[in-house]
Amino acid sequence: MSGLAPTTLPGRPASLRRRAAALLHRRPLVRLGLLLSAPMLWLVVAYLGALFAMLLTAFWSTDTFTGEVDRTFTWQNFQDLWTGEVYRTIALRSVAVAAGVTVLCLAIAFPMAFYMAKVARPRWRPYLLIAVLTPLWAAYLVKVYAWRVILADDGLLNWALGPLGARGPGYGLTATVLVLTYLWLPYMILPIYTGLERLPDSLLDASGDLGAGTLRTLRRVVAPMVFPSIAAGSLFTFSLSLGDYITVKIVGGRGQLIGNVVYDNIGAANDLPFAAAVATVPVVVMLVYIAAVRRTGALEEL
Amino acid sequence: MTLSRGARLALRAFTALGLAFVYVPLFLVVLNSFNADRSFGWPPSGLTTAWWAHALDNEGARQAVLTSLKAGAGATAVALVLGTMVAFAVQRFRFFGRDTVSLLVVLPIALPGIVTGIALGNAFQVVLKPLGIGLGLFTVIVGHATFCIVTIYNNVLARLRRMGTAVEEASADLGADPFQTFRYVTFPLLRPALLAGGLLAFALSFDEIIVTTFTAGPGVTTLPIWIFTNLFRPNQAPVVNVVAAVLIVLSVVPVWLAQRLSGEATAH
Repeated sequence: MSGLAPTTLPGRPASLRRRAAALLHRRPLVRLGLLLSAPMLWLVVAYLGALFAMLLTAFWSTDTFTGEVDRTFTWQNFQDLWTGEVYRTIALRSVAVAAGVTVLCLAIAFPMAFYMAKVARPRWRPYLLIAVLTPLWAAYLVKVYAWRVILADDGLLNWALGPLGARGPGYGLTATVLVLTYLWLPYMILPIYTGLERLPDSLLDASGDLGAGTLRTLRRVVAPMVFPSIAAGSLFTFSLSLGDYITVKIVGGRGQLIGNVVYDNIGAANDLPFAAAVATVPVVVMLVYIAAVRRTGALEEL
Repeated sequence: MTLSRGARLALRAFTALGLAFVYVPLFLVVLNSFNADRSFGWPPSGLTTAWWAHALDNEGARQAVLTSLKAGAGATAVALVLGTMVAFAVQRFRFFGRDTVSLLVVLPIALPGIVTGIALGNAFQVVLKPLGIGLGLFTVIVGHATFCIVTIYNNVLARLRRMGTAVEEASADLGADPFQTFRYVTFPLLRPALLAGGLLAFALSFDEIIVTTFTAGPGVTTLPIWIFTNLFRPNQAPVVNVVAAVLIVLSVVPVWLAQRLSGEATAH
């Protein structure tokens, strides 16, 4: 661009525009305020406001006869939640499923990411990464549906296991864990791959030259350096599993997770206050989890 | 660290198995869309293209695709504006509560979808109903935009960090006002990040079912909702299979686009 005179810029700036520009240029605080205004209105007023309102609803109750919400403060929902044997079982089961899925994802993702980032020929690495990430774009429901077909009585799995005299798990809790692991696996591979790729090969060589064996290098050099990446990946696998109720509905048989309790209380039972109280369980679990993970610096890895 | 030959081979075999685990179900769905047997047992008794012809005239599926496209476009547009604004504020300024702001952007996606769903659904009922706005496409867009902001934010933030402020300062020194600097300097540099983030946001919205369930009115059926309601109806199974197969085949498109975009970004 040779003629960067003001005339090359479109039109003569209106004086209002020029005044606004001058104000923005001179006052960074005004700039910051304008930048933050709309997003904060959305995220704080609308989103946090909605979350807070939901929390408030949890302390109300539903009239069993009229189905109307009674807006008087009560601890009843939380008492029911705490004393109800069923709810405790389901809450613990949900956390166990989320933790199990996270561990399984890590066990599958780490060797794959390690091969992709450090062992495979550099020329192949981008293609391997694409191969792992492409299924992320395929629809969630389609993937769960695929497993419903595979796990069916006359499905692929039973057909493949038949000659070995074994049978697949059918629909149930095992199927739920398996499908959730399948769904969230790429979310674990990607951050670990990125973390490993950033880890200089020279560190691994140095560790080897100094006499450390493979396992020791993995434990003392690789693990501490990719730990934030693992934590970042686990945030996805854990959170996404904890709130899931769709997968459970499709392949979970009669099993229930906490999401199903919330869903059923809104839909069939029409008891929003109790549903809100149940929904605070995953929120509290996640907030604790985020707080723990934040110390590792994992949030910068997202 | 030197891996033995055996360890390398084992890792390679493990990765191959992992990729098979990832792809076998997807191939199965595509294959099943040609399965002549209505119950889709394995192995297929024969192949047919009848279901594809059948699915193409399915009015419900077509409408659902259209609704999903509208919701995705709306949510992406809102998220592009809001995400870019927050990214600028967090990257270019130091202020009290900056960490909280970045945490707040991540929160809608970090919390389980059902929480975001019932919180927003409930708030819409309470706040918008008295104003005469019922649940509908609008509320779906608002819900989706809330968790899409983070994808734009992350992409723009990373880009701003790498860009530095030198070019913008140069632009100001040469007499451009803040609007001109944004339009002629910052925005063109940000474009690849906006496209990548927008693509991701659109995909997130297109695929979302949980928040949609609680924020969509009775007349609004996005594609995931349509699939879910037809999943348990045996006579709709062939059409669901075809729609699923199409979605799998189409998922290559954003990958290809993203690949081209990142190529463009590194070429600059």
